[in-house]
Order: sequence, then C-alpha cells, then structure tokens
Amino acid sequence: MQMANLIPVAKSVGANRMVPTISIPYPLGDPATSKEQQFKLRYHRVGVALDALTTDIQEQTVFKVKI
Amino acid sequence: MKKAILYLNQFFGQIGGEELADHAPEIREGLVGPAMELQKQLGDDVQVTHTIICGDNFMGSRTQEALDTILSFLEDKEFDIFFAGPAFRAGRYGSACGNICKTVKEKFNVPVITSMNDENPGVEMFKKEMYIFKGGASAAAMRKDVAAMAKFGLKILNSEELKSADEEGYYGRGVRSQIWMESPVPATDRVIDMLLKKVQGQPFKSELPIPPSDLIPIAPAIGLGDLSKLHIAVVTSGGIVPVGNPDRIQSASATKWGKYHIADKYDLIGGEYQTIHAGFDPAAANADPDVIVPLDALRAYEKEGKIGGIHPYFYSTVGTGTTQAEAARMGREIAAELLAAGIKAAILVST
Repeated sequence: MQMANLIPVAKSVGANRMVPTISIPYPLGDPATSKEQQFKLRYHRVGVALDALTTDIQEQTVFKVKI
Repeated sequence: MKKAILYLNQFFGQIGGEELADHAPEIREGLVGPAMELQKQLGDDVQVTHTIICGDNFMGSRTQEALDTILSFLEDKEFDIFFAGPAFRAGRYGSACGNICKTVKEKFNVPVITSMNDENPGVEMFKKEMYIFKGGASAAAMRKDVAAMAKFGLKILNSEELKSADEEGYYGRGVRSQIWMESPVPATDRVIDMLLKKVQGQPFKSELPIPPSDLIPIAPAIGLGDLSKLHIAVVTSGGIVPVGNPDRIQSASATKWGKYHIADKYDLIGGEYQTIHAGFDPAAANADPDVIVPLDALRAYEKEGKIGGIHPYFYSTVGTGTTQAEAARMGREIAAELLAAGIKAAILVST
C-alpha cells in the first residue's frame, strides 16, 4: 500500500491502496507541532495504512484519516 | 568510416526455415540477406562489416550460451552501432533481437536498434531498454522497416538532434528528455491555456506525456487475524539513507536504491539518517527521519501485537526526476527481494 501526499499522482501511476500524508517534505509529522503531536499523527496514519492492508477493495481506494 | 553489424535469425540469414531453428550462432564477414538492404539504406558513410546469424530456437532455449558466443564474436570487432531484425510479427525472432540488442548495449555501450510489429511480444519485453521501431506485420515491409532503422541510425551516428519516440517512429521507452520548444508562447501562458481547455472539457495536448499506466491487479486483503503474524516492510522514494549516503544514491533522476538494516533500531534518529532527496527542503526529515520512514510508529504496533514484526531492512531511493522506466525497474528489484524474504505486506512512503 502507498502513503503519499500527491494522491492524484499515486492514482495515476496505479497505486491501489492509498493513505494520504500531510506534506511532501514531512509526510508523517509537521515540525511546527510538538513531538507528541507528530507521533500521534504518524501513529494514526500508519495504523490506517495497516488496516488498509486488511481491507478488501474492488477499485483504487483512498483510505480516510482522522488526524 | 563508421561500422555497423546486423543480427538475423536462421530464416533471414538464409540458413533455412523452422527445421534449422536450432542453428548455432555464427558470424560472417560482409552482407547476408537484409544486410544488403541495410547497407544500401545506410549509404557510403557507414559500412555493414558483419552479419551474425543464430537460429531462433537456439537463442530461445540456450539463451545465455547464444549471447555469450555472440559477445565473443564481437569482442575483437570494431563497430559503432548494432542492428537486429527487422523481426516483424515473429515472436521468437523479436525476443531474440531484444535479447541480443540488450546484451550488446550493456557490454559495448553502442546504440542498438531493432524493429518489430506492435503485435510482437518482444515489444513489451524490451521497448523500455532500446529503440524498437514500429515495423510491419510480415517481410513484405522489409524495405520500409530497414529504411526506418537505417535513417535513425544515421541520425545517431551523425549526432543529429533526436526527436520524440512518436516523431521518430519507435515505441516510447518511458525516457524523458528536455527540449527547447519552438513555440513563441511562453510556458506560463501555455499551461494556463491547457488548464482553461481542461476545465472547459476541451481536448488539449500535454507537453509532458505520461506513458499509459500498466495498472496492476489489486492485491487481495490480508486476513484480519494474519496481520499480527506478518512482518511489514517499509520502502520509500523519499531518499532516507544513513548519513554519508553509502550507496551514493543520486539526489535526482535516481537509478539506484539501497537497503538499510534497522532490526536493532527503535526509531530513526537525525544525525544517523538523513534524506538526500533534492526535490524538497530536507530540514524536517533530517531532524527526524521517522517523518518519512515511520519506524517508531511501526515499532509501537509491533509491541502492541497488531503486526508480527518489521522487516529488518528498509528500502530507499529518490523519486524526483526519476523516469517511470527506472522507477518500475527499481520497484521490481525491491519487490523481488521482499518476496524472496517472505514479505507479504509493505508500506511505500512517497514524498
């Protein structure tokens, strides 16, 4: 599965399971926020990615994130 | 005087038909069969010095032996360019032309040119690695197909400006090259024109065509109870490497990837790891490489038992300016390693 900021690009090159990240230079943790907040966001989105691996899909799918 | 060598199968090499398809490779001085037409089309400045002939079955079933033999023929020959075929719609011949062109290019670093019909399976197998001209379905197209190969060969040998795959007549290799547009309209205006056409639903032509994607089938979901038994691999195009970049992965237009041992790491520390990606500001990732390779989050899930473990290596390359052809090759190589290690699930983080 792919974690990407540029979801349209990931789609156009054929990724099937996609989870959005927050930016290009720091996909999984905004340096303007605290270390704890960064880890929380990273832990959440990686968790979504792991759940995506166990999810049956019929077409290219972008999984929703909460933070 | 520049020199060329041509590869033919047993049929066009005038050895014989299917019954002689096991014919071992041989090299002859001078011109055999289509080599005469090639010589004619190349003109007086290029001499076709030798013709190599090999049976299609010999090349198909004893490929390495055939390639090694032909390389040994070529070792003491001087040549500036190598041609094979045209192979038309003949599948084994197309595959043979692709194999020999690829090998000759790797070994001698000369331009290689062949020609195949679009139905020839050799096109899909080799188009990304060499110039394959769009050829006819049968030998009736011989003159035309040889002429196309010769014309392009002369352009390369004379260092003339090469145009895009479409304009030249070969199958796109997925290679990008920068060109000066003749257009009097500046790029900023052209892109806005395109955007306006796009929002109005009108046709427009991109200046950066993306080769049609070969979509891969959707992998079946991992069973819910199985994730806790699996080891997860992390792959990234974000250029995270140990400080010093031991594999010298390029910062843009990468052709190399690296793998780095993390079995004893809980997270990736700034100062030990860095990004060498030239396509974005590296400050955040250098300060905390986990923002690209989220090892600390995966370790947390490993501890909780949500996943069985983490593959002892992460894989990394740089995704800026990298052609789809190179990216696909690196992807295949990394996937092959992961599969060999029994890995069934991976997270690819791109930047």
